[in-house]
Amino acid sequence: MIEWFAYAQIAVALAAGLLAVALGLIGRRPADLTMGATALVGVLLVVQIVISLLAPAFGNTATGSALEFWVYLVSAVLLPPLAIVWGLVDRTRWSTVVLGVASLAVAVMVYRMYQIWFVQVA
Amino acid sequence: MTTTTPSRPTGPSRSTGVGRVLIAVYGLLALAATGRSVFQLLDDFDKAPVAYSLSALAAVVYIVATVALIAPGAVWYRVAWITISFELLGVLVVGLLSIFDPILFPAKTVWSGFGAGYGYVPLVLPVLGMLWLYSRRPRPAAELPVEAQSTGA
Repeated sequence: MIEWFAYAQIAVALAAGLLAVALGLIGRRPADLTMGATALVGVLLVVQIVISLLAPAFGNTATGSALEFWVYLVSAVLLPPLAIVWGLVDRTRWSTVVLGVASLAVAVMVYRMYQIWFVQVA
Repeated sequence: MTTTTPSRPTGPSRSTGVGRVLIAVYGLLALAATGRSVFQLLDDFDKAPVAYSLSALAAVVYIVATVALIAPGAVWYRVAWITISFELLGVLVVGLLSIFDPILFPAKTVWSGFGAGYGYVPLVLPVLGMLWLYSRRPRPAAELPVEAQSTGA
């Protein structure tokens, strides 16, 4: 994990999540903006997987449990695609809220991953 | 309110409107509880068997509750009530125990500290779930016309 990238990822996921929840609550159906933002959150998670696979080779290892870190990361990467499929199937405002909830959950999970990687000393 | 066809004996659908967000959040919590449980079982089960077994049980209950909210029919409606009541009971009992008897729960579960580790979602969600189930309760056929106007999504 790279510190600035984790921060950027949390910021993007928070912004995408709040945007989608707000747009959903005012009655917008899933659109390119909200779907695209969720897709971006998903792409960043894939990048995070690549970074976290390579980082130990450069001496950047998790201070906490690597197993716990990967359980979080693998769970998190499932969320954006699931939310996007949901948004394609169910064309209602509530799908937009679901997109937002998924991104917000990713933000929390990346924060936990950050803690496991940098803060925890196991 | 787009895809539902009224089905008399089973009551109104549980998977429309805000109910969909509820289902999504339940699914999310099911994933969170399963993830934690898988990690704990793989990591070191003997360290805290009570807490770890409870994590696994919680995960299963959340999965069943998610399915029960989606699946139509009177049986699933009852299953939804049972699982959601169990969750509320679980979060309250484990929440209290984790405060008064921390030795029993040295490791975290989704329900420790009333779900504090999950933004108290495990505490709030069963209450919202029960309100939702109550508003979608099956009613006698005679009441159906009244029900049609009261459930604007």
